[in-house]
Order: sequence, then C-alpha cells, then structure tokens
Amino acid sequence: MKSIFEQGRAGRRGSTLPQPDVPPAAAIPAALRRRTPPALPEVSELEAMRHFTRLGQRNMGVAANFYPLGSCTMKYNPPFHERLAALPGFAGLHPLLPQLRHGAALTQGALAVIYEAETIISELLGFERTTMQPLAGAHGELCGCMLIAAYHRDHGNTERKVMLIPDAAHGTNPASAAVAGFVIREVASDADGNVDLADLEAKLGPDTAGLMLTCPNTLGLFDPNVREICALVHAAGGLCYCDGANFNAIIGRVRPGDLGFDVMHVNLHKTFATPHGGGGPGSGPVGVNAKLVPYLPVSIVQKRADGTYALEYECERSIGYIAPFYGNFGVILRAYAYLLTLGREGFIRVSENAVLNANYIRVRLAPYYEWKFNRFCMHECVFSAAKQARNGVRALDIAKALIDRGIHPPTIYFPLIVPEALMIEPTETESRETLDEFIQAMIEIAALADKDPAAFHDFPLTTPVSRLDETRAARHPDLTA
Amino acid sequence: MEMKYYSKEHEWVEVKDGEAYVGISVHAAEELGDITFVELPHEGDSCHAGDSLGVVESVKAASDVYAPVSGKIVAVNSQLEDKPEMVNASPEEQAWFCRIAMSDASELDALMDEAAYTAYLNN
Repeated sequence: MKSIFEQGRAGRRGSTLPQPDVPPAAAIPAALRRRTPPALPEVSELEAMRHFTRLGQRNMGVAANFYPLGSCTMKYNPPFHERLAALPGFAGLHPLLPQLRHGAALTQGALAVIYEAETIISELLGFERTTMQPLAGAHGELCGCMLIAAYHRDHGNTERKVMLIPDAAHGTNPASAAVAGFVIREVASDADGNVDLADLEAKLGPDTAGLMLTCPNTLGLFDPNVREICALVHAAGGLCYCDGANFNAIIGRVRPGDLGFDVMHVNLHKTFATPHGGGGPGSGPVGVNAKLVPYLPVSIVQKRADGTYALEYECERSIGYIAPFYGNFGVILRAYAYLLTLGREGFIRVSENAVLNANYIRVRLAPYYEWKFNRFCMHECVFSAAKQARNGVRALDIAKALIDRGIHPPTIYFPLIVPEALMIEPTETESRETLDEFIQAMIEIAALADKDPAAFHDFPLTTPVSRLDETRAARHPDLTA
Repeated sequence: MEMKYYSKEHEWVEVKDGEAYVGISVHAAEELGDITFVELPHEGDSCHAGDSLGVVESVKAASDVYAPVSGKIVAVNSQLEDKPEMVNASPEEQAWFCRIAMSDASELDALMDEAAYTAYLNN
C-alpha cells in the first residue's frame, strides 16, 4: 500500500481555502518563518478519503473485532458520547475562558460536568474528593504517589521512602513510584495468587511509605485479605494505594475507600467507556480520603452555597499543578454521559456481566489451557500456554493464530509470574455468541497445537503483512523509513 | 576449583581467581526469549547482594539483574551492549555481565549449586 505522500501529483489540492480576512503575517520575524513550504500530501479529497478508509479497514479494533486484551478493558464506547462531546457549547469552549473576568459565568456548564463527574466517581470509590486532572492511568498513579509523599513530608516522616508493590501489580506501579522518588520493594504472591501476608509483614517497617495494590490483581483475582492488608500497612504507618485499572470487576459492588484504601486511580478510558488505544487521550482521576484531600492538585472545582461553580487554586498544601487546565475535559465529559446513562443499577450489572463473561471463558477453556487456581476469577482470566509450549507452540504463536480467526489477541506474557501467560478480558459488552466464537477458536487452536505445531510459525497468514520479526525490529530499530 | 552457583532470581556466579563472574542462567534467557537490550553496571561501582546490577530487555519483558554477591565491580562485558543476542546464544559462558571482587565470599553459601538450582526450577 502506497503512503499518502506517494499518491496524487504535484500541485493537486483537496480543498480550496478562502482568502484570509486577517492581515498577512508581517509581524512574524523572518528568522522564525520557514524557508520552504511544508511537504504536505498533494491529493484530492477523494484520494484522501480512500486512503484513510483503506487504512481503517486494515486496523483491528473494538469496532470491528472481539478484543479481549487483558487489563485494558476494551469495552464498547457508545457513539452517543461523541454526539454530546461535539455539542458546540462544549467543543467550542476556550480553555482560558473561565480564567477571564466574568468568564466563570460563561463556563458554568463545563464546570458542572467536572464537579458532577467527580462527585459520582467519589461516591463509587468511597472517597471524599477526586481530582479529575490526571491525563492517563500512570499519570494518576504518579499523582497518587506524590500525594502520599506530600502527606509524609507534612507529617515529618522523612524516613518513609519505601513503596511496597506486590508482584501481581501492574507494571506501571513500580515505574510511577520510582518517578515520584520512592524506593521499590516487591512483595511476593502466595500459592493462591493473593499477597503473601508473611512476606508483607516482613517488609513493613519504619521506612514504609505505603503499599500499591492492584485490586483485583493482574491474575484477575480479588484478594480476600484486602482489609487485613490495609490494616497491616496502616499499623506500620504507611498509606494504601489502590490501582483501579481493574475497577470494572467490582464497580457498584465494593467501594475501595470502605476497604481501607487511602488513594486510588481509575481509568476513564477503561471502566468508564471512553475511547482507548492509539495512545489516548486517557484520563486517570484520583480519589482520596480525608487524610489526603489537603494535598490534591489544583485546580479544584468547588460548588458555592448559591449553587454556582468556581475553580479554586489557593490550596496551601496542594502538590500544585500536574496538568494544564482541567484534565482531559472531553474525556471527562464522555465518562459523565456514561455515568448518567448507567446509573447505580447499571454499574452493578456492568461488574456482574464482566465477571460472568470471564468466568464463562475460564470454565469452557480450562480443559484446554492451564489455569492454576481453584477459585473464581474476576473480570479477566489468566491462562498459561505452558502445555502448548512444551509442544513448541508459545503464547505468541497462539496470539497470531487468533488474528487469522478475526480476533484481536489477548495480552500475552503478562503478568510475568505466569509463564506463557494469556490474559483474557472479555468485558461486559460482549454477547454470549461472541464469547462462544472465541472459545471455539481457542479450542481449534489447542487441537492444532497438538497435531501440527509447525503450522504456527508463519501465522498470521490473512493480514497485509505476515509474521513480523519483532526481535530484529527491537534490536535494530529503523525509525527513518 | 571452580564452582558455579545460582540465585533464586536466576543469576549465576562462577568464581575464577578469586573474582566472581556474574550472568543470567540458561533458564532465565529461555524464559525471557530474544534479548534486545542489556544495561550493564558501571565499572568501579560497589554493589551489595540483592542490588540491581542492570537490566535485560526482551521482546516479552524487561527484568532487573540482581547482584548475587557484594563487592566491587572490576570489569563489565561491554560486548553485550552491542550484541545482546549473545545472552541467548551463550548465557552461561560468553555472556557474563560483570566481574565482581567479592567483599564477603561467605555469601556464596547462601546460593544454590547446580543440582539444587535444577531442583528449584523443577519445583
């Protein structure tokens, strides 16, 4: 397929722009102006349309394919949200408007969206307040770690530098804590996939700043000792962070604030059905209990006694700015629409069906792929392809075979504590029929792995390019082509 | 006599002329798959047993390499930076990561010998 720069011909234009009605850019100094015109594609509108339609057809996305990418919650994003986000009152809003004199009066609707979304999310999490500022999940983690650091600094706890992170946590947790300046110490999992309490107790001490627990964890398991874990960390003087990337499993049923957590992020682009993939834009609001409210980043939307909304910046102990303006407002707006559409009853059904779908897959595929635990899973189930790997068919090969069957592969080789991991998260938005098709494909693949393992080495065969040499791409990246 | 020891984190140590050669085991290299990047420690730095010595990255995962013994890093195998594939080709021979002048040889007693490591892997 030709790139758009290889199409069309010199001088071809897709559209005719009107004559400018402002004076030419005489004010821009010559030294700052480019000397040659930009190398833009020179194609007609129709050529551009066909080009991007073709690219879209080559894309494997949730709009066209089952997409059980574990830990990513690739649920359906209703286009209704896009209609709301396109309303001119929102889409045309200038981010500086609320800062201008009398500007707040013109932005009450947008401020109400942020405030109301925050209020509902705080209620779902069981927390006092939630900052809507973080621009992604890991940004939320960093914000939460900075809040924990600010709390300890404010309380004179200068020795508390260690963040404890179980080995079944998301990989971003240790990265976020390290960026925030903490020393990372890993806590082991026990044979049931829970936090090893003896190991946790051994690692708690006067240097403990906190614990970051992914709940449910990356094995798709809910740790039944979560209250005890939080109590142990609190007794040692630390704070408890909940990685809420897997909140889809428990939303509407359990409030992490009630379990003993002090701070938690959620991913609007996962649990709250805003667009996901391709790098975002994401949003990772962070909820906190009363202990951490004074440190929340600015700005904060406050509701005044007269029912109007205002942006507050004067917070003495705040960690300050972590993002420009008010977070990813367009994403918050879409999530707010989702929150209002589903309501309290709707969210109970979300978690119920997400967990039911994952357990249906777990039970149906357990005869074919190894599943290590004798218990229910939550919203995702992590199989091991160890059985197939002994025959020369690895998790990567199974992932590629799924592509040929029109299914996006699950997450593979994560979590690291499961060899040849296949991490499958169907989400609540998939039908029984789709799950059955996926299960059938996985059963066929298991049979083929027994019979003809060599066949796997070239999969996928139906895609524009077949098996890519990922090793060579990583060892000798060519970023200039 | 040369003796080879293994850590639970899948590093190996071989003592030659009083210095400890350190690398990752065949098992670790196989589990990681094709290694695409190796970050080595700095020559002249000191390390404590359990400290991170460097990083190995593969197409599947990135993983820390831990110091199995304490001491001073007297040499690093800088070839690995340009040829990370050596770790797959010869993890326990040519692809040593660094050489440590041990400060406490008794730390070797806490590690496993080859038989114990094989049993640990099969467990």
